[in-house]
Amino acid sequence: MENILDQIGIENYIFLSVILFCIGVFGVLYRRNAIVVFMSIEIMLNAVNLLFAAFSTYHQDAQGQIFVFFSMAVAAAEVAVGLAILVSIFRNMHTIDVGNLKNLKG
Amino acid sequence: MDTNLVLVLLLAPFLGFLFNVFLGKKAGKSIVGIVGTLSVAISFAVTLYLFVSTSQEPVVINLFDWISIQRFDVSFGFLIDQLSIIWLLFVTGIGSLIHLYSISYMHDDEKMHSFFAYLNLFIFFMITLVIGSNLLMMFIGWEGVGLCSYLLIGFWYKNQAFNDAAKKAFIMNRIGDLGFLIGIFIVGSLFNTLDFTTLKTTITSATDINDFWIAAAALALFIGATGKSAQIPLYTWLPDAMAGPTPVSALIHAATMVTAGIFMLTRLNFLFDMAPSVQNVIAIVGACTALVAATIALVQNDIKKVLAYSTVSQLGLMFLALGLGAYEVAVFHVITHAFFKACLFLGSGSVIHGLHGEQDMRKMGGLKKAMPITFWTMLIASLAISGIFPLAGFWSKDEILMTAFHKNPTLWVIGSIASIMTAFYMFRLIYLTFFNSFRGTEEQKHHLHESPSLITVPLIILAILSFFGGVISLPGHSWLNHYLSPLFSKATHEAHSLGSTEYMLMAIATIGALIGIGIAYKKYLKDNTIPSEDAEITGLSKILYNKYYVDEVYDAIFVKPINVLASFFRDTVETTLSAMVFGLGKVTNEISIQGKKAHNGSVGFYLFAFVIGVIVILTYLFLQQFFT
Repeated sequence: MENILDQIGIENYIFLSVILFCIGVFGVLYRRNAIVVFMSIEIMLNAVNLLFAAFSTYHQDAQGQIFVFFSMAVAAAEVAVGLAILVSIFRNMHTIDVGNLKNLKG
Repeated sequence: MDTNLVLVLLLAPFLGFLFNVFLGKKAGKSIVGIVGTLSVAISFAVTLYLFVSTSQEPVVINLFDWISIQRFDVSFGFLIDQLSIIWLLFVTGIGSLIHLYSISYMHDDEKMHSFFAYLNLFIFFMITLVIGSNLLMMFIGWEGVGLCSYLLIGFWYKNQAFNDAAKKAFIMNRIGDLGFLIGIFIVGSLFNTLDFTTLKTTITSATDINDFWIAAAALALFIGATGKSAQIPLYTWLPDAMAGPTPVSALIHAATMVTAGIFMLTRLNFLFDMAPSVQNVIAIVGACTALVAATIALVQNDIKKVLAYSTVSQLGLMFLALGLGAYEVAVFHVITHAFFKACLFLGSGSVIHGLHGEQDMRKMGGLKKAMPITFWTMLIASLAISGIFPLAGFWSKDEILMTAFHKNPTLWVIGSIASIMTAFYMFRLIYLTFFNSFRGTEEQKHHLHESPSLITVPLIILAILSFFGGVISLPGHSWLNHYLSPLFSKATHEAHSLGSTEYMLMAIATIGALIGIGIAYKKYLKDNTIPSEDAEITGLSKILYNKYYVDEVYDAIFVKPINVLASFFRDTVETTLSAMVFGLGKVTNEISIQGKKAHNGSVGFYLFAFVIGVIVILTYLFLQQFFT
């Protein structure tokens, strides 16, 4: 099989991945809607997954791709739990604005 | 057979103690008295049986191995031989009499049950001390009797002065005990055993013995003995110990516990024979104690204080004999002294009882008519302690002085002077207490009465013993020397043959005693002198009355500097240390108060902090690569 990395260099994958990760980080920091925060976290996870896949091909080693499967499975579970929590929060507080969630105070 | 007997002997007083301590209050006073006395009487009966049945060979009973380290073994065992039987006889015998006496004497005390519990416990520990088969067993008893002494001196604990006396006795004894303990350590490291029989064979057969360490061990053990037996420099606790009830003074501080030091030295005679220099020290200390205590006793006005200093003085004479290597003579004097001093103390207790707690002889006088039995028994005991022929004290004191005369005439002179003083102060006591007219209050005079028979019977028995006690060791035909002879490695003391020198010495001693009595007679009976009030005492007698200011000197030399040191540690060192500890706590507290503010509940802030944290860690790891 022709190596896809011959057409687009590895460094481009890294750049894309870093950009995606940063978007995720800033999304987490600046957005107040909890669902958007979740989506940002997913973006960060996928940035990492992309990097895994890219390096897996680069090193001709399947381990990275296997790890991506794990990562995606965990992310799916996390989203399921996270959304359930959000639903529960919304039912109780009628908002999912993280700025209003101040009850986590010791 | 023997094991069971010895266990009965030992445990009877202990069971008495348990009964009195746990059930005594419920059982009532008469039962407490009966149980307490009976438990000691059982021990006495067993002792009598052992005394009659024992052969010449010592009986060793090992209950179990107590400590076993490599080649060093200590067994939990008992040694019954002539010496322990002699001691047991008078400890349990006089102990029974004094228990009997206490039934009446302590009857009005609300804590009578604990009094009997302590007395029983004391007898238990004293028996342990006497029949222990090794130094460590002896040490158990040694500490135990010290504890009981403390408890009984401070028996009337509501009086702070009595508490102080108890603490003083305990602390002085601890100082001596440290010496004893060091002695045990040295003996243990030298011979790898603490067992008396093994020690004896090892020491007597050994050829290459390190003289220095033997002497060190002997000296350390002697220091232990000075604590328990009230010798210079640790004697000051004994007169203060008179704060306890009078039967306690008679039992513990005259007849039994204070002779523990003499017992220990006699038990280890083979060791002390190897250290002649230490023997010299013992003889000199003994003689000095005899003299110093006798001079103090000359001017005391408290009837029990006179007897207390007399006890110290007599113990000094015993140590003089020990130092001269005449162990059996010392044992003889221990026995006779136990008889007449117990009698004197119980007699003084009877007087104090009759006067409802009055102890000052200046407020007594003329009691002869009201208390005839007390008077006659005390008179006999006083004649005995003064050394008048043919009472018990004459023979034993004479033996000591004879030994001293043959070995060291200077010590003989000191001992003789002490004996003359003994005669003087004893008869000063008798004349002031029993003769002339009564000097107390009218109310006391009205209530004067002879004590009940529970008090007088022990007095009479002890007076008879003080009279005839001398027959156990008459010069030339000494049953005691013969009985004790298996104990001593060499024939240290050939029985004095009665030559002209001996008769002359006896005559000198008797004349001395008569002179002492005569002076007392002239001064206190004929001239009817009453000792002056505390404030009016002047000159030499003021120094004597204040006991040479030894307590004050000890206070200045030892107590005050230790107090200063203690307050330095309390005020400076402890303050600094606690400031440091508290400072640490304050700093931590301050940090957490500030840190608490970060915990503000805003999820956005937490996320921000989280990201910053990750960035910082990553930056650190990234930069680390460049610097390593």
